[in-house]
Amino acid sequence: METVYSLKPLLAVLVSLVAVVFIVIPNQRPNVRESWTIMAALAKFALVASMLPIVLQGKSLAITLFSISPGISLALKVDSLGIIFGLSASFLWILTSLFSIGYVRGMSEHKQTRYFASFAICLSATMGIAFAANLLTLVIFYEILTIATYPLVLHKETPEAIFGGRKYLVYLLTGGVFLIFALAFTYQLSGTVDFKAGGILPAHVAKSSVIMLFTLFLLSFGVKSAIMPMHSWLPTAMVAPTPVSALLHAVAVVKAGVFGFARAIGFIIGPAVFNESGAASFLAALAAFTILAASVIALRQDNLKARLAYSTVGHLSYIVLGTALFSPSAWIGALLHIVNHAMMKITLFFCAGAIHVKAHCENVSELNGLGRQMPITMAAFAIASVGLAGIPPVNGFISKWYLVQGSLDVGQMAFAITFLLSGLLNAGYLLSIVARAFFAPSDKFTKLGEASPLMVVPLAITAVLSLLMGLFPDRVPYFFQLASNVAQSVMGGGGP
Amino acid sequence: MSSLSILILAPLLLFCFISALVGIWRLRWAYATAAIGMALALVAAGTGLFRVLSDGELRYFLGGWPPPFGIEYVLDHLSAFMALIIVFIGLIAVIYPPQAGLYHTPRRGIPAYGLILLLIAGLVGVVVTGDLFNLFVFLEIYSLASYALITLGGDKAVVASFRYLILGTIAGSFYLLGVGFIYFSTGTLNMADAAQRLPPLYGSPTIMAAVALIIVGMGIKMALFPLHVWLPDAHSYAPPVVAAILAAIQIEVAAYVIVRMMLTIFQPQYFIDILPVTTIIGWVSAAGIIFGSVMAIAQKDFKRMLAYSTVAQVAYIGLGIGLANPFGLIGALLHILNHAFMKSCLFLIAGGIRYQTGLHAISQFAGLGRKMPLMMGAFTVAALSMVGIPPMAGFFSKWYLVLGGIEANNWAFVAVILASSLLTAVYFFRMIEKLFTTPSTNDSAVEQATEPPARILVPILILAIGIIILGLINALIVSYVLNPIVALLP
Repeated sequence: METVYSLKPLLAVLVSLVAVVFIVIPNQRPNVRESWTIMAALAKFALVASMLPIVLQGKSLAITLFSISPGISLALKVDSLGIIFGLSASFLWILTSLFSIGYVRGMSEHKQTRYFASFAICLSATMGIAFAANLLTLVIFYEILTIATYPLVLHKETPEAIFGGRKYLVYLLTGGVFLIFALAFTYQLSGTVDFKAGGILPAHVAKSSVIMLFTLFLLSFGVKSAIMPMHSWLPTAMVAPTPVSALLHAVAVVKAGVFGFARAIGFIIGPAVFNESGAASFLAALAAFTILAASVIALRQDNLKARLAYSTVGHLSYIVLGTALFSPSAWIGALLHIVNHAMMKITLFFCAGAIHVKAHCENVSELNGLGRQMPITMAAFAIASVGLAGIPPVNGFISKWYLVQGSLDVGQMAFAITFLLSGLLNAGYLLSIVARAFFAPSDKFTKLGEASPLMVVPLAITAVLSLLMGLFPDRVPYFFQLASNVAQSVMGGGGP
Repeated sequence: MSSLSILILAPLLLFCFISALVGIWRLRWAYATAAIGMALALVAAGTGLFRVLSDGELRYFLGGWPPPFGIEYVLDHLSAFMALIIVFIGLIAVIYPPQAGLYHTPRRGIPAYGLILLLIAGLVGVVVTGDLFNLFVFLEIYSLASYALITLGGDKAVVASFRYLILGTIAGSFYLLGVGFIYFSTGTLNMADAAQRLPPLYGSPTIMAAVALIIVGMGIKMALFPLHVWLPDAHSYAPPVVAAILAAIQIEVAAYVIVRMMLTIFQPQYFIDILPVTTIIGWVSAAGIIFGSVMAIAQKDFKRMLAYSTVAQVAYIGLGIGLANPFGLIGALLHILNHAFMKSCLFLIAGGIRYQTGLHAISQFAGLGRKMPLMMGAFTVAALSMVGIPPMAGFFSKWYLVLGGIEANNWAFVAVILASSLLTAVYFFRMIEKLFTTPSTNDSAVEQATEPPARILVPILILAIGIIILGLINALIVSYVLNPIVALLP
């Protein structure tokens, strides 16, 4: 694959970091401060989008910054996998920023400057993870992401928020420590940490080493991917303001975890070696268990955000299970689900936030009849729920289709059934909310109306996009083609 | 023959006397002359490192007397590296205002800045000298200066200093005895000369005893677990600037002596195979890392927490030495540099907090982040670096240590290094959480707090920015400065 030298990956990472200065300075003038966030988000997305045509041609954009350890450089490289993550995260940041403005003003949140500044740093780190050319660069940005999201989890500074922040750090820093171990071990085994499709481990690597390396990756990326039993930080982190839960814990942080798995399995260990070692079966089984267990637990949650959190836990394992199966279809399904799930879940979180601000409801049991007062919000909720259950024509169906096909490709009927069963459970815990909102009799909400346009417009956009991506999966921005490219390069037994 | 090594020492010693004399007249001039002297030494040290990088070793014979009769001063990669660190931190310490750094402006007649220059001169002398006995002389010079400086911290500090004096003198005496044994066996005190005369004597019990004495003596000075007992009191009660210099540099200079013994005077094989020094240092350090970190978690006073943290951090250096492979030693040497910046920054911040609010207990710091954003921002950078979060410098020294541990197949050491990151995170994040969450009750001391003045803030910010820069350029430091040093290892 041809590599084009370009400054754009670096600019995409840096633009929001530079914006932090401009966000912090106009502390007393919120509109100026917020406009910097929006401008940074638009600039970031524009940069990433401008790189898409080149990547679609089969090339990658790269820039090597400087040596950060003898023999290893801080380097960025935008390939198909990276741009899938980069595009979805940067686009959704624009919408989340608009939503955030509506939310923090609606709730009169304190310390808004710290909030918006932290968000900007988080997105910088997310781009760094997406575009990292080697494992050390990825680890550096991965750790920065953990630290940058901490003030956002802690934001409300209530005792629950402080506890949530502590638990968050314990889990994620422990994962980070295992990641450093994994990084060092990879370097010792291969002599390099550059990502290469198909794996970089030497030809006759011992099976025990592969299993050890996999275990280290599991204990590190698995924490951010919320694989059970390392998932517990995610429901607890729901104490953060809803836009934080929406972007970070549905799109950026958790997707960084599954993205890490995709890089580790596809570009470090290599799917073939991974499959032969037997570790793949273990990961698949663990992911399948997580999918079902999380969905069942979600059914029993009354708090809306908790229910969405467990739903996320389940859906992240869809992606993990897909990357663990040795089938191109499974990989395509997994990578598409990174984007699809992000789009649908962020819709649900946006709705939860709008409901919280406008109707002051946090629990499902309080939502009777709300749909009649907030029809747009609940309609968006309905579209996203349908998609998460895997029902066409919303985009969730497409990724699920490929995942099921992938499971059948490798002869694992059990996993196919897992996906289908999970779809039923999703319908159970999500569509029931929709039914309750529209059809349950109640006169609790009168003359409520929709939340502020700053909140309703983003959730409507993401819902409509979920629908459009389901109807026209092969159109801009060609996620399907990007996913196929990755699957091909990774499964094809090597390549750039 | 180049006099650069002496040119680092000369301004320090000269201005020590000038500063002491001038201080009797006007304190402000003592402060200024000290800064001038330190700046001159810094220029010399910087030049020294550049010359060594381009030309190689620089030697100087004191008085023109050639070795092995005369005293020789050597600037090689290791000594130039150490000298630059010592003098840079020394300069930062000297420009930090005495009201915050020494708790109050010293009385007329107490040559505080003269003593600080003497302390730095002694430390530099230890690293640039090429003579075993001359090293002892400088060791005692800096030790005596440090005992005197610690007492400026108050009554408890006097007791702590006395305890340090006893233990430090024992340490110095062990070192002297060890050097004496080497002299009796080889007939020379010059390091390079001894290096040539020692190999035939490697089996001799006298030499083994000498090495044991020197290592234990330096272990006491280095506060290597379990010989660290003097440190917590000495560093918590000493004034912030003194604690900063001691924790950031003096401890590391003691580690330097061990490294110099291992690499230059003896061949590394001796320390690894013939006498299991590195094995012992390694395991003792592993215990020290865990001990120091756990004890730091238990502390309620900020400076005491930093003192126990120093015990753990210096044990990282010991662990790197104990691994005895290139990555391990690179990690140890890089950590000398990184820890110097991180720990001095933290102690100066402690001084700043005490100066602005009078507070020193961690539980009282709630909500300070809002009141002193820049200083607490610097604290966050230093704390994250101590925990080992990239791209701060602390991450990279741990990275090399982990690589060294894996290469040595020592999984226990790797586990200790990684676990200690989490333990360090406990006591630092506990503080970060306190600083950045505004409490519901308004403590008047915190309420009235404001950002400290620029004179206090600037040295702290220089160190904090330095931590980030050192992290980003660590590959340069490793390639150009440290790799030649570790090339001596097998």
